[in-house]
Amino acid sequence: MSVPYTRSGRARPRGGGLELTIWYLMRLTGIALFVFALTHYLIVHVIYDPAEQDASWIAQVRWSSTFWRAFDWSLLMLVLFHAFMGVRTVVVDYVKGRARLLVLTGLYLVAFVLFVLGTAVVLTLPVVPKG
Amino acid sequence: MLFRYRGGEGMLAWAFHRISGVAIWAFVVLHVIDIYLVGGNPEAYDELLAIYASPIGRVLEALLGAALLYHALNGLRIIVMDFWPPLTRYHRQLWYLCWLIFVVVGLPVAWIVLKPIWEGVPT
Repeated sequence: MSVPYTRSGRARPRGGGLELTIWYLMRLTGIALFVFALTHYLIVHVIYDPAEQDASWIAQVRWSSTFWRAFDWSLLMLVLFHAFMGVRTVVVDYVKGRARLLVLTGLYLVAFVLFVLGTAVVLTLPVVPKG
Repeated sequence: MLFRYRGGEGMLAWAFHRISGVAIWAFVVLHVIDIYLVGGNPEAYDELLAIYASPIGRVLEALLGAALLYHALNGLRIIVMDFWPPLTRYHRQLWYLCWLIFVVVGLPVAWIVLKPIWEGVPT
């Protein structure tokens, strides 16, 4: 190869299949998260201050519209895939054999629990009109 | 250790990407659980949010923002090199560009996040 090949990402898996699909999805969700995650941080740390937020603020302001609930649920789906597949890459790099299977199973279990908790609260939290 | 290893910028970019990624993952686990409390146990959520608004909480949030911003910018750098391999030749320059944007965007944000520590909480 003629170009100096110092790269900081995971090399594109050869051959295709599930690994290549995950490789592409990491980049696709990464671009989406660039917008979604940074916007989310900007809203809850810059536009609003944590000091003015509590549970009723979320019900009355933050999640008072379907748009922002859908936005935050999309962010949840993107981040669950991206973060857990990313940590999976780290685990595969450092953990071998039976321990790897154990750690990865635990990892997917945590992802599933977070999927259920996050989806449940964004769907079921009652909208409380301000006033 | 990180700086004595002869990996140069490419290796540091990779190490920071990995460290910031795992840190953000850990926060996501905490954050989804705390948001669940908004419906499940609002009082506990309010107590936790008081910690978020405290000086220590703000320092941690600024660090979270730094991890997020670095990971986002360096992530774009990785994508650029993945899909336009000739640009890999400029991976160092791209990394310095990431840091330039990191400072220009990150400093004002850190200022806003940290300011209430010494100026008091906005109402």
